[in-house]
Amino acid sequence: MPGPIVEYRGVSKFFAGIRALEDVDFACHSGSTHAILGENGAGKSTLIKIMAGVLRPDTGSIFLDGAPVSFATPSAANETGIVCMFQELSLIPDLTVADNISISKPPKRFGMIDQNAQFRRAEELLARVRCEDVDPRAMVRDLSLSRRQMVEIAKALGRDPKVLILDEATSALTSKDVQTVYDLLAELKTSGVCSLFISHRMHEVEALCDTLSVFRNGRHIETFQKGTKSDADIVRLMIGRDVEAKFPPKPDVVTKGEQILKVENLTWENRLKGINIKLAKGEILGLGGLDGQGQKELLLALFGVLKGVSGTVRIGDGGLPSGPYAAKTGKTKIALVPEDRKTEGLMLTMPIADNLVAANFEQITRGPIIDAKRADEAVRQAIAKLQIKIGSPSDAVNTLSGGNQQKVVIAKWLAIAPDIILLNDPTRGIDVGTKQEIFKLMRELAAEGKAILFYSSDYAELIGCSDRVSVLYDGKVVRELTGADITEENIVSAALNISERAA
Amino acid sequence: MAGNFSRWLSQNRGFATALFLFLALYVGYHIAYEIRFAKGFSSAVLIQNSNEMVAIGFVAMAQAVVVLSGGLDLSVGAIMTLTSCVASSLLTGSPLQILFGIVVTLATGTLFGLMNGLIVVYGRIQPIIATLATGAIALGIALLIRPKPGGTVDFDVTWSLTNSVWDFVDTYFNADNFDASTWWFIASIPVPFILLFGIALGVWIPFKRSITGRTIYAIGSAEGAAFMSGLPINRAKIAAFTMGGFFAACAGLFLTIQTGSGNADIPQAGSYTLLSIAAVVIGGTSLMGGVGGAIGALVGALILRVISFYFRILSIDPLLQPLIEGIVLLAAVSFGAVRALRVKNKLDLFR
Repeated sequence: MPGPIVEYRGVSKFFAGIRALEDVDFACHSGSTHAILGENGAGKSTLIKIMAGVLRPDTGSIFLDGAPVSFATPSAANETGIVCMFQELSLIPDLTVADNISISKPPKRFGMIDQNAQFRRAEELLARVRCEDVDPRAMVRDLSLSRRQMVEIAKALGRDPKVLILDEATSALTSKDVQTVYDLLAELKTSGVCSLFISHRMHEVEALCDTLSVFRNGRHIETFQKGTKSDADIVRLMIGRDVEAKFPPKPDVVTKGEQILKVENLTWENRLKGINIKLAKGEILGLGGLDGQGQKELLLALFGVLKGVSGTVRIGDGGLPSGPYAAKTGKTKIALVPEDRKTEGLMLTMPIADNLVAANFEQITRGPIIDAKRADEAVRQAIAKLQIKIGSPSDAVNTLSGGNQQKVVIAKWLAIAPDIILLNDPTRGIDVGTKQEIFKLMRELAAEGKAILFYSSDYAELIGCSDRVSVLYDGKVVRELTGADITEENIVSAALNISERAA
Repeated sequence: MAGNFSRWLSQNRGFATALFLFLALYVGYHIAYEIRFAKGFSSAVLIQNSNEMVAIGFVAMAQAVVVLSGGLDLSVGAIMTLTSCVASSLLTGSPLQILFGIVVTLATGTLFGLMNGLIVVYGRIQPIIATLATGAIALGIALLIRPKPGGTVDFDVTWSLTNSVWDFVDTYFNADNFDASTWWFIASIPVPFILLFGIALGVWIPFKRSITGRTIYAIGSAEGAAFMSGLPINRAKIAAFTMGGFFAACAGLFLTIQTGSGNADIPQAGSYTLLSIAAVVIGGTSLMGGVGGAIGALVGALILRVISFYFRILSIDPLLQPLIEGIVLLAAVSFGAVRALRVKNKLDLFR
């Protein structure tokens, strides 16, 4: 067997003292499709960002074809044949598809970019990924997410990769596109390309990859050939602990209160296609399914963020709020813990205290003036209630760890005493300890009679936390699971829209 | 072909709107002129108008390049003033000396722009603040060079470059074989127009199709993606400011040629800078960067100038001019805001 094309020796990377990768030895070979597995925060993205020249390791060294290398920039990595396909980050929305595909090395004529050659090149590459329907002259901003991802793949192919890194490259693709990508990866493998494949979908990994590497907490746990370990073994390697213990017990009998939310035939653009859900006080309803099946849009719609929503929505005695302000101040108060806490949840450079009271000025003001004493009291209560670990409330919120930042977001919304709490993947990218605290808090809130609508990309969380789970597929609820039926098999089969028997 | 045009239109809506607005305003201005003055619209009026369009046109293009990269250059007016003062001492003597003066003037502005770019990129200072400071420096140097308005410019240069093509040929060549009535379509074109559009198209079109030019768009559109695509970000930002400096120097050079003197006029520098931002926006360039172009900004500048011509021929009180210009600017940028009405996810408005 020839030596590895890329090899890491003792690579570590720290962010502000927090370990992202520690003492990692890792190797991948030409002509192989290599899966990188691990939970959020396991170090997968740090691993590939170092390979792609986005980050530099703090210690250790990297070898390409046996020779030590150090990439200062992504373009330096590109030049050696390491091409990374990020989810959608590397396309320029205001340039055309053809411009984007040839962005780093456009064909030239008389020293200028040759538009015609560039157009032909785009057509060829798009044909290779079977996207003849995409017009090379269209602006990327006008394309759908799945088309953008295919353009991204065409762009990566055009760079003649020796090592191709696919980071969640199939998350938004249609099933036809997924098949195209499968075929393409098989073709690249025979031509000697090393593909590194990062995906949370086990069946894709099963279908595509020959080698699997598991990462956990910044460490490389094990690399093995496909078929040498069972799925259960792999999951155990990924989580490295017993799954069961981390969720608070569910009440034996869910004592449902009165119905507080009823959604019938909710539609919006082509993302929501007739959603039906019901939610009662004291209940936790989980939203399942693969990423991007309309879960996030449903939560945004209920919070009044989307325009042009149709369908019947009963919230308490009223209907859909006209916007976030109406949602939080209505008779039935709604809170939304948003998807991205850094941009939608927090004002990162402002003090923790100011963030904690940001949704709740009504209760701490006298007339137009913020009452310092009441504000301090509200901040103190919020910090105590969620046990947020802080230095001083006047520190900027971006000095906190991810878990504590998320607690600030949740505390901010609990301050308005909401009746319905919408949670959009609240445990994303936070540590296990805080996750458990959040699950416990959710249970307590439900016991107090709050209604909780909870989206999580982690099936285990849905199983552990929800009284009921509605699984979404392509903008519709395809299955509703209750009690003992909430199992991983059922959620996964529904998420893939496979009928129960087939699963 | 129709498909291509409608695509172009939908992808360049701001520029197309500006172009249409300019043509409508200009035709209206012609008609109003014919009605109001018995003598009618003459080539002399056209020449005068064209002279007034050059400096603002160049300054607007200077601003546009920087805005496309997601920045803002508050020193364009000041660089114009500085280069104008430099030119006012150098445009005399033998043809070779005059040529030398032109090169030095343009180099001064270009180097000043280069300095802006280096400060922004390597000093990691926000463009607004960096250029606010360097703009003041440029004005300071201009005052040292020209404490009082003055200077001498070769008369032939002024005459030939601010009149029609016939006058240009007549000044420097033997115009005997260049009969203005046979060659009327070329002979009556104002030289300022040729300079303005020649330099604008000759510099901008190749630049836009270079990797550096495209990178400027990419930075304004999505800087993170540009970085991840391995584009030369620092080089492109420096190039944007440098090109801004060059265009501003073109403005300064012409101003001196036109007026025959240099003047470290600080209010004028400030007002040109502000007008340049207005022209960029009217011309369909997004202040967020990534969308638009220098030619659009040039059209935006022409629109601002034509509006001021209206004031003159309709004898509107000049005191009203700022008020009406403000309203026009507001109306023009409202076209861009229409987008907000179509957004289905309100959260997208803040991204």
